[in-house]
Amino acid sequence: MTAAADVRMTQAHMNAPPALTVRGATKRFGAVVALDGVDLTVRRGEVLALLGDNGAGKSTLIKCVSGVHRFDSGSVEMNGVPVEVTSPAVARTLGIETVYQDLALFDNLDPAANFYAGRETAGPRWLPRGLRVLRRGPMVETTADVLKRLQVGVADARTTVGLMSGGQRQAIAVARAAAFATNVVILDEPTAALGVRESRRVLDLILRLRDEGHAIVVISHAMDHVMEIADKAVVMRRGRMVGEEIPRPENRQKIVSLIVGGDD
Amino acid sequence: MVRATADNAARGRIGGYDPPSVGLAVIRIGPVLMLVVVVTVISFLSPVFLTTRNVGNVLGQTAAIAVLALAQLMVILTRGIDLSVGSTLALSAVVGAMVFESVQSGPIVILAMLATGTAVGAVNGALYVYGRLPHPFIVTLATLSAARGLALWLSGGQPHRGMPDIVQALGGGLLGWLPYSTFLVAGLALLTLLLTTRLVWGRWIYAVGGNPEGARRAAIPVKGVLISVYVLSGLAAGVAGVITAGRLNAGSPTFGELAELDAIAAVVIGGASFLGGRGNVANALVGALMIGVIRNGMNLLNVDAFLQPIVIGVVILIAVELDVIRGRLEERFRVIQAVRS
Ligand SMILES: Nc1ncnc2c1ncn2[C@@H]1O[C@H](COP(=O)(O)OP(=O)(O)O)[C@@H](O)[C@H]1O
Ligand SMILES: [Mg+2]
Repeated sequence: MTAAADVRMTQAHMNAPPALTVRGATKRFGAVVALDGVDLTVRRGEVLALLGDNGAGKSTLIKCVSGVHRFDSGSVEMNGVPVEVTSPAVARTLGIETVYQDLALFDNLDPAANFYAGRETAGPRWLPRGLRVLRRGPMVETTADVLKRLQVGVADARTTVGLMSGGQRQAIAVARAAAFATNVVILDEPTAALGVRESRRVLDLILRLRDEGHAIVVISHAMDHVMEIADKAVVMRRGRMVGEEIPRPENRQKIVSLIVGGDD
Repeated sequence: MVRATADNAARGRIGGYDPPSVGLAVIRIGPVLMLVVVVTVISFLSPVFLTTRNVGNVLGQTAAIAVLALAQLMVILTRGIDLSVGSTLALSAVVGAMVFESVQSGPIVILAMLATGTAVGAVNGALYVYGRLPHPFIVTLATLSAARGLALWLSGGQPHRGMPDIVQALGGGLLGWLPYSTFLVAGLALLTLLLTTRLVWGRWIYAVGGNPEGARRAAIPVKGVLISVYVLSGLAAGVAGVITAGRLNAGSPTFGELAELDAIAAVVIGGASFLGGRGNVANALVGALMIGVIRNGMNLLNVDAFLQPIVIGVVILIAVELDVIRGRLEERFRVIQAVRS
């Protein structure tokens, strides 16, 4: 892609409606108010960092957006169109892919089976989905292509994911999201369990996804990573948005104090 | 040759020659190796063991366990357990015998037996999934008790003699020296193999066992998958009921006592993981054969009958220990991967 095309694409993203907009989201778990009127906007080609102390409600917010939980109230728009994310299946068809904190990989399956879990390539089409015959070839090929495109090195594509290192596993999870996301990629603490070198890879992977035009929401506690990759940082505390900053070195202290709530 | 080795090792393949890889490969074929060793030892000690007649005998005695083990494998793959299959076997045999007393039709008797097993399986699956119980242990323990009680009550506690010819053939008939039931087991094993390795449903079974919450998030119909394995396990208990009733030409409420433990032991001995998500049809068959061969061998060698359960217990322990060692080796393998990457 030429530089000019790159600029045009970015402008198109600026003018288009945001890939994802959440308005007035609330969610309770019994007496716990996990989300208390949250707004959120992400555009294509943008990395939004979602920050906040433990228990702030970050995971709950993204789980609602990806259909694992449902908002008690609030609205969601994708590309300007109101949508209801009633289940993980709906989120998938809307082009939202999520890398959960607790990974949600299948350790007993190989990368291709992980990529296509719940959306297996199979036929013939007149049979109910579960009774169709797997078409392994295309699934393995596509998986290999995606891993290559995103420069994720896997020793052997037939090895089960459980035999891979933490960094490889995280990279597989991110690549899976990248392979199927057409709108939004959400990542919950993607580098939390990783060493320096492995984190580097995942960060590069996220930047590559951004360059491909995905809207990206990333939850992270690693301020260095946030400062490096995010275009926008929003801070949550006790289920509310308490601030939004551009992550620049001069803002770093301000962001940190928003997170810890030093101005209470 | 050297190059290929280095290449494999560099790519971190299982099958490369670093110690964890070799260890994992050995563990994977461990159950088959054990079976070969046991067969070899017994055949040296007893001249009768490898005669066609005795081999047919072992296969015939193992058929019911093998059928139960094939289904138990699928249950265990989903991190479940089905304790009710022995009782269900008895219930379906009793129902079959009693239906035969009023309807002299082989197919109808067989249908009744399969339907009985399937019904118990459906109850297990539905209670487990819709009762939101944390683990199928309790549900299937309850049906273990209830199905046995029902079999005793229906039969008046007595064996009912007589089974249709076709049932007798399936349970005890021979083609040459091979029991018909062996072909039945082979056919069911093939179907199970196709289901677990070729169909989307089978892939879902592994996914649910590997990561139930992940499967839910991947939009896999977790409840349907769970119910299906208990239904299949009940159906298998019905088939095992046909084999057992045919072999003994009767339906008795005492059939299949502790058969559930044989089935579970077979799956574990064969090398599937009790923790779910790992295992295949070969594991179930090898495990069932191991149990059959050990029992038969010890009979031939006139070993005290009380020793048999002890030996089987030891084999189970070995199998579980292999699973633990596998876990450790995989950890080492992961470290090697991390260092290499
Ligand atoms: N499934 C749940 N059931 C009950 N409470 C929950 C659940 N998930 C989250 N919570 C509660 O909601 C609040 C927000 O949690 P979470 O979204 O996980 O925070 P974060 O990801 O920012 O650390 C916490 O008080 C947490 O205990
Ligand atoms: Mg969290």
